Amino acid sequence: MRALERLFGGRGRESASGSVAKERLRLVLAHDRTSISPALLGTLKDELIAVISRHVAIDPDQVQVTVSQSGRESRLVADIPLMDRGKRSKR
Amino acid sequence: MAARALTITSGKGGVGKTTLTANLGVALAMQGQRVVVIDADVGLRNLDVMLGLENRIVYDLVDVIEGRCRLRQAMVRDKRLSELFLLPAAQTRDKSAVQPGDMVRVSDSLREQFDFILIDSPAGIEQGFRYAVAPADGVLIVTNPEVTAVRDADRVIGLIEAEEKGPARLVINRLKPNLVRQGEMLAISDVVELLSIDLLGVVPEDQAVLGAANRGQPLAFSENSSQAGRAFHNIAQRLQGQDVPFLTFQEPSFLQRIFDFARSGGMGS
Repeated sequence: MRALERLFGGRGRESASGSVAKERLRLVLAHDRTSISPALLGTLKDELIAVISRHVAIDPDQVQVTVSQSGRESRLVADIPLMDRGKRSKR
Repeated sequence: MAARALTITSGKGGVGKTTLTANLGVALAMQGQRVVVIDADVGLRNLDVMLGLENRIVYDLVDVIEGRCRLRQAMVRDKRLSELFLLPAAQTRDKSAVQPGDMVRVSDSLREQFDFILIDSPAGIEQGFRYAVAPADGVLIVTNPEVTAVRDADRVIGLIEAEEKGPARLVINRLKPNLVRQGEMLAISDVVELLSIDLLGVVPEDQAVLGAANRGQPLAFSENSSQAGRAFHNIAQRLQGQDVPFLTFQEPSFLQRIFDFARSGGMGS
């Protein structure tokens, strides 16, 4: 079916409004369920980087701070890659 | 056995709370349960007209709370189903006339004589919602497969969980299977995944619902004449702990599929 649609230049599944609605809701609900705004996430990220950098070498550009959903539970997830020794010694 | 109090709520207005309450009341009573439906939408009462009982109201919920009548005097017995009663809302008062404790007291004094107390909550998340969920042993969240209704439902589910009235169960109302097939409506699985709560039932969009409201004769009275009527009966059975499979909405005919395909822009656009 998808091949047919492509063949005839149809709009394909991507633009169906149902899936757009789902993606938009996913983001809206994640935000509604917590009181954490994108701006606050940015602040948390900056401060985490500052604190951790004092003790461990990290790459600030690779740090990601996000709110993830699992069922109805939200959690704050910080992904902070450590700078490897080789890279660090080159500095 | 004492009655279970179930509050029907949604956050957003117009998604079908009152329709669901009226039809569940009828379906449960037809299945032999003793049921009282309480209209908690003080100031904007509608459950009475939905049930066709508007001409039989003498006293209302606020009269009971303020001691102008006894509870029994305010309850309207449905002549079509001897085990179905309505406790109507006051129309000329507002929500400040009712406190959460009032609803708890009224519900508690009904528990011995009934199997189910269904409370039709007002829309919103303010005072009316607060007192409507106060006596609840369980909550039914009604939503439509639309972004606004789902968002509001999510907010209400959060509040129910915070008040420890849960777990809330979901009823998806006004599903249009044709639109879902075309990808132009959130599917049942999408809504359940987004809201992450148990699904109690799905009611398809049905033109007969309007006629039923026009007549004050809920669809559930004729359980097999419409898909929506069947769906209400299935939900009523699930509320009694029966394991009823979900309806599968008719597969489209070959012609319908061609029509859907053409409409979805599969060829051409």
